[in-house]
Amino acid sequence: MTEQIDKALAREYEAGFVSDVESETFEPGLDENVIRRISEMKGEPEWMLEWRLSAFREWLEMEEPEWALVDYPKIDFQSISYYSAPKSMKDKPKSLDEVDPELLRTYEKLGIPLIEQQMLAGIAVDAVFDSVSVVTTFREKLEEAGVIFCPISEALHKYPDLVKKYIGSVVPKKDNYYAALNCAVFTDGSFVYIPKGTRCPMELSTYFRINEQNTGQFERTLIIADEGSHVSYLEGCTAPQRDENQLHAAVVELVAMDNAEIKYSTVQNWYPGDENGKGGIYNFVTKRGICHTNAKISWTQVETGSSVTWKYPSCILKGDNSVGEFYSVALTRGRQQADTGTKMIHIGKNTKSTIISKGISAGRSNNSYRGLVRMNPGAEGARNFTQCDSLLIGDQCGAHTFPYVESRNPSAIIEHEATTSKVSDEQMFLCRQRGLDPEKAVSMIVNGFCKEVFKELPMEFAVEAGKLLEISLEGSVG
Amino acid sequence: MSNTKSLLTIKDLHASVEEKQIIKGLDLDIKPGEVHAIMGPNGAGKSTLGYVLSGRDGYTVDSGSVTLDGEDLLEMETEDRARAGLFLAFQYPVEIPGVSNLEFLKASVDAQRQARGEDAITSADFLKEAKAACKQVNLPVAFLKRGVNEGFSGGEKKRNELMQMLLLKPKLCILDETDSGLDIDALQVVAEGVNSQRSADRSFIVVTHYQRLLDYIKPDFVHVLSDGKIVKSGDASLALELEAQGYAWLQKEPAEDELEG
Repeated sequence: MTEQIDKALAREYEAGFVSDVESETFEPGLDENVIRRISEMKGEPEWMLEWRLSAFREWLEMEEPEWALVDYPKIDFQSISYYSAPKSMKDKPKSLDEVDPELLRTYEKLGIPLIEQQMLAGIAVDAVFDSVSVVTTFREKLEEAGVIFCPISEALHKYPDLVKKYIGSVVPKKDNYYAALNCAVFTDGSFVYIPKGTRCPMELSTYFRINEQNTGQFERTLIIADEGSHVSYLEGCTAPQRDENQLHAAVVELVAMDNAEIKYSTVQNWYPGDENGKGGIYNFVTKRGICHTNAKISWTQVETGSSVTWKYPSCILKGDNSVGEFYSVALTRGRQQADTGTKMIHIGKNTKSTIISKGISAGRSNNSYRGLVRMNPGAEGARNFTQCDSLLIGDQCGAHTFPYVESRNPSAIIEHEATTSKVSDEQMFLCRQRGLDPEKAVSMIVNGFCKEVFKELPMEFAVEAGKLLEISLEGSVG
Repeated sequence: MSNTKSLLTIKDLHASVEEKQIIKGLDLDIKPGEVHAIMGPNGAGKSTLGYVLSGRDGYTVDSGSVTLDGEDLLEMETEDRARAGLFLAFQYPVEIPGVSNLEFLKASVDAQRQARGEDAITSADFLKEAKAACKQVNLPVAFLKRGVNEGFSGGEKKRNELMQMLLLKPKLCILDETDSGLDIDALQVVAEGVNSQRSADRSFIVVTHYQRLLDYIKPDFVHVLSDGKIVKSGDASLALELEAQGYAWLQKEPAEDELEG
């Protein structure tokens, strides 16, 4: 039976192609000069360069974290190129007609048409290719609502005060090793500002694509939801199939002001490496949001790619009555390793957090949930509910749970539930006895296991997530 | 009767589980529309027979042949046997958390129709059929939205099996101790469901330890399975005899035959 399941899971990596685009790529290596050059390429203000340099100096003093349950050879930071951009992007195309058609074709092949007429109606897309944003769609329509959605490199020119005020305010420069590195060398990413009382009229989405060899992608996303506003943001990512490992170290900061709500969804499908663990993306990401009074931040992630994942989208529940949510599906197979989870820091009174984590391990992979729930002394009446479920497929994989709980307020309530189960012979037999082939049976069982998380995803992404797990969600339930 | 084509023909079947032979030379012939009861003591191989016929992993056929509608059943994959019209109602139906009954049923029906080259049924039409099936087995329609067998009581699980049978419309239904764990009311519901499905082109193998179920589902034939073989066959009256006398007398019978011979 294990063989059948392996076959069912061994899907092709459809995003593994390379685009033939002439790029301008820095020589590998990292020093202050490289950082100056990045800053210069982007035409950044002086304060930004200084900020980068100070982060770099901090980073030099820091140690690579080793506490995660992942194993990979030491990264040689001098062998990575820190900037790569298609040459055609140098002239800053003003409209889609001026964008290199090969770039547009790349996104089309990935199922993300960038021509507005062909796009799904309700979604605006920022397409980031290696170190630059290629195009951001529906900007005019968003501007009518007062919503700012643009590459962060552009926001530095147009809205320097907003960027300066909030960048590094949620994830400090020296928060951790990879965050500090990102501060020093980040190249592009999305910037979002939703004005007071505004409900963003469309879903916002950023699609990250790594194309060039030997480059790292260091993107930076900053989302600010002003008082009483609401936004739903989606993020997708893919990379070519290569034998070498590539580093992706991103930082995402969310700011939810009083009564604001941010829903942040990720479908992570970086190249996972082959069945023997050769190649693949190292996905070392810091994502954190801060909630002010009555605000709510909801993280939903479907992690299926990357050879190594190290990622803990977190919420700082600073304001009273604020709410943090984390819904996660992490699927590992082959030799993939994932150490992922969340941190919920309860500071305000009556703050509430919910954590639903579903880990699926197959092949010879390792899948860990690592989560911290902290109730600070002032978190009167705070509540947390955590549910951590692991599904094992086959007998050579590992599932691990590392819950950390710190409560310094006696009125706080913390609940933790955990289960581990297997796709059983009985379940497979029932499905096949009713006429389902083994592939359909596995994907259906896995899909059922993930249902609580999938229902949190925006419709379009739920479909994509389903497909990623080889699941057809179409039409079955009326 | 001999000029009617058989639906299922089992010849000298030997089968093992984990290298232990459980079925030891079994013959059985079932014609369309017939209901055969297979009775026998615990450990006789009653459930094993159902698993072997439906192709469960771990159940190995050592020798013998089985044809369904003239096709070699043993050559087929588990799912192909189901698509060919073989249905097994489980003694202990398993849960599939998070997969709704409706989703599961629709996928099963779709897979079977597709294999037969039939058009897919629309979601709306299927929902109508599924609701009607719920009603017939006395399950609230809300069960369609619940996870497959998730948190169902024993009786609800059995009725859910029956509902699957109603929707899949198999040619051959194997009911594996469907009566176990059922109270008399639930037993009647299940029996009525089965009886409503009896037709000239659908046959049943009713596996049971007790005669009780056969009060409600009248078999055309009763076979006694003991130590992997059918040791006695008869009509419905054989079940009553077994009820009165137990199984022990049957195990002596071959010896008596020898004496007479």
